[in-house]
Amino acid sequence: MKKVAVVGYGNTKFSTDDIPIESLLLESTKEVFNTTNNLSQDLIDGVIVSTNDNSKYLGAILSELSGIKPKISHTVEHLCSSGTAATVSAFSYIASGLADIILVAGADKSDNPGQVLDWDRSRGEFTRPIYWASMFTKAHKRKFNTTEEELAVVSAKNHKQALDNPHAYSHKAYTIPEIMNSKNITDDLRMLDCSYSCSGSSSILLASEDIAKKFTDSPVWISGIGQKTSSASFTKNDLTNLDTTKSAADIAYNMAKATANEIDVAEIHDAFSICELMAVEDLGLAKKTTGAEFVRNLFNTENRQINPRGGLIGAGHPLGATGISQIVEITQQLQNKAEKRQVSNANKGLVHNMSAAATSSTVLILES
Amino acid sequence: MNKFEEELKKGNFITSECHKCDKIVWPPSEYCDNCFGNVNWRKISENGEIIEWSKKGSDVFCIAEFEKTIRIMGKLNTKNTDAKIGQHIQLSECSFNQGYRFIFM
Ligand SMILES: [Zn+2]
Repeated sequence: MKKVAVVGYGNTKFSTDDIPIESLLLESTKEVFNTTNNLSQDLIDGVIVSTNDNSKYLGAILSELSGIKPKISHTVEHLCSSGTAATVSAFSYIASGLADIILVAGADKSDNPGQVLDWDRSRGEFTRPIYWASMFTKAHKRKFNTTEEELAVVSAKNHKQALDNPHAYSHKAYTIPEIMNSKNITDDLRMLDCSYSCSGSSSILLASEDIAKKFTDSPVWISGIGQKTSSASFTKNDLTNLDTTKSAADIAYNMAKATANEIDVAEIHDAFSICELMAVEDLGLAKKTTGAEFVRNLFNTENRQINPRGGLIGAGHPLGATGISQIVEITQQLQNKAEKRQVSNANKGLVHNMSAAATSSTVLILES
Repeated sequence: MNKFEEELKKGNFITSECHKCDKIVWPPSEYCDNCFGNVNWRKISENGEIIEWSKKGSDVFCIAEFEKTIRIMGKLNTKNTDAKIGQHIQLSECSFNQGYRFIFM
């Protein structure tokens, strides 16, 4: 199996503007070409698009708009974790020798149809994500005495960290009382504890070990991949554990021959504040029941180890782009190119991306 | 419209089950998720209990479990302003128009 590296990347600004999906995809792809050394269209073997948009044939459309005639081209959809799912597909093509260089482009529009899973009948009329998030939060409060204030710390930290991310949707810092007093969406969810569905795009260029150095002096290797899907229906879930995240993390750490305490920096899927508190524990970054304390300590010490780009809460959540945007951030961190967001001595990073109330999770380990 | 939706439209809350495997097949499906054999359809007991709940405005919504297996989200029709975990409830209304709708009491 060939080693695979991230060797280039591009982002658009995340916004709530109504921009055509093709324009979003092209915008971040253009960035990849503008910022990657020695890249030309004829070198690209594959173009994989990650999106929840209903448009068809976007792999071919993006290829044509970019002047690429790839061997492999298709779309990957897996709700909020489409981006990492597409990346795992691209990785596999390269690792197997079917391709050497693949562009993975993710995008969604703020009104994308990936926010509601119609098929999940068990949700009744409560189809929107705020309802499963309320159930998760309520159950966590009950079981672990988690407070509104502990939840608000997650949001305060991620909004603050997003200030230094030029592509983030939010560029406003909020105090903990402001977050706690933000509008009640439900009794267990405040407006500022939610991520926002955005329009945006992120792309990465993956290459095999044979050619990676052509494009960059500091390729970032994907050394671990773990994925797990337990169901599509949310109501089958345990409400206080992200079981698929735990499984995916085990698989990824095992493949990378790494442990959680070696992770210097992580992008985790904070669709809602509660998700970050659960994920830091289920990824092994904090001990069980200490997630809130762990996150508070990061906030108080201005340590950007978790969600340096601002997470989904601060950066915004263009579903199909999110997983790829997380990979871009960790790549920049491991290349020591994250500017104001830089975590010192970052050698190993982690990406955690999940779908539909954690019915499905991806964990990636990246190394410089 | 599938069998589940046809019945829900009439106000009947049904599930698929597999006699061969002696199990409820939920979410509803035409085939058993274990042996892929044909399922039978039957009414679900209307007595359930609350697994978790929250409130939006004055509406209490919850996950309720029926027959120790089938979990759905619905609105609790109650004069109280809160609910309890493990509280016994009954499915009082279900429907399918634009979407699915379950009401408990
Ligand atoms: Zn069966």
